[in-house]
Amino acid sequence: MEVNATLVVTCGALVACGTYLLLERSLTRVLVGLVLLSNGVNIMFLISSGPSGSSPIVGSSDPSEMTDPLPQALVLTAIVITLGTVAFLLAMAHRSWQLHEHDDVQDDVEDAAIRKLAIDDATSDSYGLTTRAQRDDDEAPREDGA
Amino acid sequence: MTNLVPLPVLLPLLGAGLALMLSRRPQAQRAVTFGVLVAIVVIAAVLLVAADRDGPQVVWLGAWEDIGIALVADRLAALMLLVSSVVTLAVLAYSIGQGMTGDESEAPVSIYHPTFLVLVAGVSNAFLAGDLFNLFVSFEMLLFASYVLLTLGGTAARVRAGTIYVVVNVTSSMLFLISLAAVYAAVGTLNLAQIALRLDDLPHHVSLTLQLLLLVTFSIKAAVFPLSLWLPDSYPTAPAPVTAVFAGLLTKVGVYAILRLQTLLFPDSPLTDLLMWAALITMLVGILGAVAQSDIKRMLSFTLVSHIGYMIFGIALATEAGLSGAVFYVAHHITIQTALFLVLGLVERRAGSTALLRLGGLARLAPLLGVLFFVPAMNLAGIPPLSGFLGKAGLLQAGLADGSWLAVLLVAGGTLTSLLTLYAVAKTWALAFWRSPEQAHEMMRMLPTGADPAEDTTSSAPHLVRHRGHVHVGSVAFGERDVAEAKRVADDDEPDRDLHQRLQDGSLPSRLPASMVVPAAGLVLVSVAITFLAGPLFAFTDRAADDLLERTPYLSAVLGDEG
Repeated sequence: MEVNATLVVTCGALVACGTYLLLERSLTRVLVGLVLLSNGVNIMFLISSGPSGSSPIVGSSDPSEMTDPLPQALVLTAIVITLGTVAFLLAMAHRSWQLHEHDDVQDDVEDAAIRKLAIDDATSDSYGLTTRAQRDDDEAPREDGA
Repeated sequence: MTNLVPLPVLLPLLGAGLALMLSRRPQAQRAVTFGVLVAIVVIAAVLLVAADRDGPQVVWLGAWEDIGIALVADRLAALMLLVSSVVTLAVLAYSIGQGMTGDESEAPVSIYHPTFLVLVAGVSNAFLAGDLFNLFVSFEMLLFASYVLLTLGGTAARVRAGTIYVVVNVTSSMLFLISLAAVYAAVGTLNLAQIALRLDDLPHHVSLTLQLLLLVTFSIKAAVFPLSLWLPDSYPTAPAPVTAVFAGLLTKVGVYAILRLQTLLFPDSPLTDLLMWAALITMLVGILGAVAQSDIKRMLSFTLVSHIGYMIFGIALATEAGLSGAVFYVAHHITIQTALFLVLGLVERRAGSTALLRLGGLARLAPLLGVLFFVPAMNLAGIPPLSGFLGKAGLLQAGLADGSWLAVLLVAGGTLTSLLTLYAVAKTWALAFWRSPEQAHEMMRMLPTGADPAEDTTSSAPHLVRHRGHVHVGSVAFGERDVAEAKRVADDDEPDRDLHQRLQDGSLPSRLPASMVVPAAGLVLVSVAITFLAGPLFAFTDRAADDLLERTPYLSAVLGDEG
């Protein structure tokens, strides 16, 4: 299959930037990342349809010279779905702004608790030492019927 | 008979439109939604019989054979459709019951019914899709509906949980699109049956790449470790019926997709080791998470992740017994998990909370509620003779029959998970249902201040141990959030009250509305019925697993003589 190098490079750049932004804290940046990513993926569909040919309209040219129309139909569907997602994410970012005056993606409850434990550990006197305190610490939660 | 195949998708979509137009007339809206779901249950039952008797029912939309979109109802798809439609009907009846009680804070808004129907359409479409792109579209349908349902009301907690959920699922959708583009570039079609035939001609490394791409995508949906971390945090904040339907169905759609992928597209490359390890870690990490929770909803969300491991185990075995066990387990787990979350909704309504810290004495306060929780909880843990035991026994036997050391390790892991599940639900039972509200209140008061255990060892007061910010009472641990909550409840100036205090000042609703209890009880009965029907059901899943392994019934039904 012949592949257009420009499309491949564009696709790669868009997906890379999109992924980077997707990892950001602010929901608005995540949103921009999503838009870039989805455009990159749409270009990937164009790549998968092979080299471009004449327009795929019956009677306008010989069927063997036509571009494969199916990936374009798929891209169209993907664009519509992404549009909906973007609209929903915008609404969520707005709601988050109304509630908290920021649109940062907040931590998982469990993550926050575990990180706090880790910080407590790192700042405690017994951290990294096999002192008596440490051993007591380990034995602390004894099982006893409530 | 094949004309019935598109109806489980079309009816809910049309119903959603109608329900949206009727948003000013709640009665009519409920009637439409309920009617549509009853119709789908009937259609799914007919399809199940037809698929079992005459083989897979195939319909090419627009009669464009071989180039259009195919919908396929084989034994597996029809069974999933039937189970999911029964479950959605029960959940809908429950939420209608909730709406009729006039509880404003949790009552579904007018957008609820149309969205719920779109969700049902998406789930049905995912089971029937004979085409990868159609599968993508159905995932998007059900995801979109789930985004809306999860963030109903837009409270701070739901927006927080919803944000993570939406971003994770959008990422998985993008991965799905990337895999679709790769599949199309490789084989030039997206029809599952056609891909299945053409994949044989591809070099091994290309088909392996495609398989891994699709597997990662579906594993995010199915919440297989390490792609499961989004789930336990996002489900519990939603309204009870929403959590119930999500927990029951959405992950199972992912499991179903993995099942199809592994059996239809890549039968020669089962990736047994990879999936076995994923299954083992999913089971253990999930259940350890569940054991650590002090809120019943969160605990159940973790057991949900954990039990996905059993299904992946069955799929990874890629033997008839393994697949049959996995299909049986999916059917069992959909009903049981949904039933438990519905019952939790009742607990929340009766006692005002699902935090173990605040609950106590529910078995005496509401004996029926106790029974409704106890039966599915024991079923989840796999106590004989309930269907959970039968499903697990089937899977473990399949694992032993396989005989490799990894399969035997999985059998051991599965047994351990089952025991830990029993521990988690037994702890819940002991704290929320058995101890008296006074005991609960006393313990809660002790959490923040804490009587020193050394000071008074003779009294009957629970023994508290403080350890790195956690408080251990017997075998139960409470984290800092719980301690802060206990402090708030114990403080008389704060309006926050636990069950004991609310019983004292009489601010609890005295009875559960029958309109909510009946659907939940119905679903519990369905889950018990699976136990009694286990013989015929296992025979059916054996036949379905046979179909999956042979592939020819599916391929020849879709492709005609080519297959």
